[in-house]
Amino acid sequence: MAKHSKAVEFAIAQNGEPHLSALPKSPTGIKGLDEISGGGLPRGRTTIVCGGPGCGKTMLGMEFLIRGAQEFNEPGVLVAFEETPQEMERNVASLGFDLKSLVARKKLFLDYVYVEPSEIQETGDYDLEGLFIRLQHAVDSVGAKRICLDTLEALFSSFSNEGVLRAELRRLFRWLKERNLTTVITAEKGERTLTRHGLEEYVSDCVILLDHRVREQISTRRLRIVKYRGTSHGADEYPFLIDNQGISVLPVTSLEMRHKVSVERVSTGIADLDEMLGGKGFYRGSSVLISGTAGSGKTTMAASFADAACRRGERCLFVGFEESVDQVTRNMSSVGLDLKQWVEKGLLVHEAWRPTEYGIEMHLLRIHKLIDAVKPDHVVVDPITNLITGGARKEVYSMLIRLMDYLKGRKITSVFTNLTLNNDDLEHTDIGISSLTDTWILCRDLELNGERNRCVYVLKSRGMAHSNQIREFVLSREGIRLVPPYIGSGVVLTGSSRVAQEAKEMAEALVRSQEIEQRQEALERKRCALDAQIKILKMDFAAEELELERIIRLEQSRETRLELERDLMNRIRTGTPEQTADTAMAKGAGDAK
Amino acid sequence: MKKKVKANGNFDEDREPAMKLRLYVAGQTPKSLAALSNLKRICAKHLDGKYELEVIDLIKNPQLAQGDQILAIPTLVRNLPVPMRKIIGDLSNVDRVLVGLDLRGTGPVPEKNPPLSEKAMGAKL
Repeated sequence: MAKHSKAVEFAIAQNGEPHLSALPKSPTGIKGLDEISGGGLPRGRTTIVCGGPGCGKTMLGMEFLIRGAQEFNEPGVLVAFEETPQEMERNVASLGFDLKSLVARKKLFLDYVYVEPSEIQETGDYDLEGLFIRLQHAVDSVGAKRICLDTLEALFSSFSNEGVLRAELRRLFRWLKERNLTTVITAEKGERTLTRHGLEEYVSDCVILLDHRVREQISTRRLRIVKYRGTSHGADEYPFLIDNQGISVLPVTSLEMRHKVSVERVSTGIADLDEMLGGKGFYRGSSVLISGTAGSGKTTMAASFADAACRRGERCLFVGFEESVDQVTRNMSSVGLDLKQWVEKGLLVHEAWRPTEYGIEMHLLRIHKLIDAVKPDHVVVDPITNLITGGARKEVYSMLIRLMDYLKGRKITSVFTNLTLNNDDLEHTDIGISSLTDTWILCRDLELNGERNRCVYVLKSRGMAHSNQIREFVLSREGIRLVPPYIGSGVVLTGSSRVAQEAKEMAEALVRSQEIEQRQEALERKRCALDAQIKILKMDFAAEELELERIIRLEQSRETRLELERDLMNRIRTGTPEQTADTAMAKGAGDAK
Repeated sequence: MKKKVKANGNFDEDREPAMKLRLYVAGQTPKSLAALSNLKRICAKHLDGKYELEVIDLIKNPQLAQGDQILAIPTLVRNLPVPMRKIIGDLSNVDRVLVGLDLRGTGPVPEKNPPLSEKAMGAKL
């Protein structure tokens, strides 16, 4: 066992870093307790577990011993001052622990120490050597590493000489430490002190306080590590419960944020919604919040996701707080989602229970346990709002934070639906958990022109490009379908007004195209007319040309004849008779030709 | 050490002893030795030898502590007659021992707290 000076222990406690030579610890094996105590109870030292009646002190001590013997091969001794071994056996048998077999295998030694004050007469000087002898005998017979004294304070009612008793208790704690026994001592809580008889004065290594309170008729158990010398530990009050698997303390997860993240994407089950989320859907292992008003399609959306997951052959856990399993199955079949087949194939585990059934931590632990048993790839909780009925709002949020963290740490995609009651502050009511979710999808109803239409938009989605559009979606027999958005005139129209607008636009487009056709026809007609006119003009021109040429020739031949006649006339006058007018004319005509 | 002492030797073998006593001690501590000598003196005076005494040393037989639910040392257990009685301490307060053993008024009234005899303590153990 590493020994520290006070200064070193203090330093370790101060900076909260687990040091290499930090206190050695004995794991309790109790779910969650080892996480908040940083590995278990201080090895070889004494821990006081105190609390009121019925808070689970004995159970914690018992489980510490039993798990030590079963899981960590550390035999233990149980010294019971209040219950007989038979009662103890029965008590833990209901939790699935077989005390008898542990005793038979020499893993556990039970000693029932019973002192009836009325039978005892004190007649002088005495000590409690008998107790020490019994302890030594018990420790030796199984080679015990752990010991639980339940409830040591019973001694105070048995022996009237408190001076002797206190001296013996001091000796007892020294004795336990010398033998390096990891000890749990249970003690009743006092009025103002941690224990009624001030046992914490003797033991100061670790003090755990248990509390069992009832608020609004729902009981919750809480555990707090009041003190843990030489180690950093979770200082909050952590809810815990005792069920058929023993004690579980929330968180079941670690307190640190070190989970690895995946870059893999998983489909939302709705192709169009995938498109809005960068075309691929959610990140595997991210947490998704689908919030919306009543009847806005949250459950259907969550069920689509589960359906798609099962279709890929992945395991999915669906926890419902609103509707029974049958009801969800029936309702989803109306939108074409056959969840039953996945349940039958063992891919979908569908559980539903009433939110008012237990306190908040019981719900979350039940979910935790289901997760442990089912080992799903995805978890759907529908809806988380109803959990608020099981506890105060703040507590619910802190629980959910832990659940989300736990799921993230295990790379389980989580889809939570959340009912928002008021349309106006849709984005504010979820503020408590929305900051933790990676993707937040809002479903809302838009009321317009006497109808209500479902719309969906991605309010945020970390680490991916996502659409900023508000899209209308419709639930049909084929599931959820997102309607292509109508974007025009700066407004988003939905439902019949969108249809009307679309029809109107179609008509306008038709008119426009008809007009173009008409104009084209007119143009064609004009071109035809022009061509025809050109033809007429050409023909006119040809005819005119011919006529003019004929006239020109006629004129020319007349000119020639006139010249010949003039020539002939000349010759006649001058007396040259060999040429007559006729021959001259014939000659002229031949030239013209 | 587990020994039966037939006190004074004048105890009749055939008769059922009127009182069965067990004294639990843990080694030869002063308290244990004082208890034994005190007990012997009281018995001699008040029981007239009609008793059986068993002295059990838990250091030698630790497993015997469980049966009679022994915590305090020394403890004197009266098994017979019923009901069982337990007397803890070194038995130095004789009045209380007599009350514890239901012997008040049955025997001669003893003198108040006779001084312990060193010799008696050493001799018997």
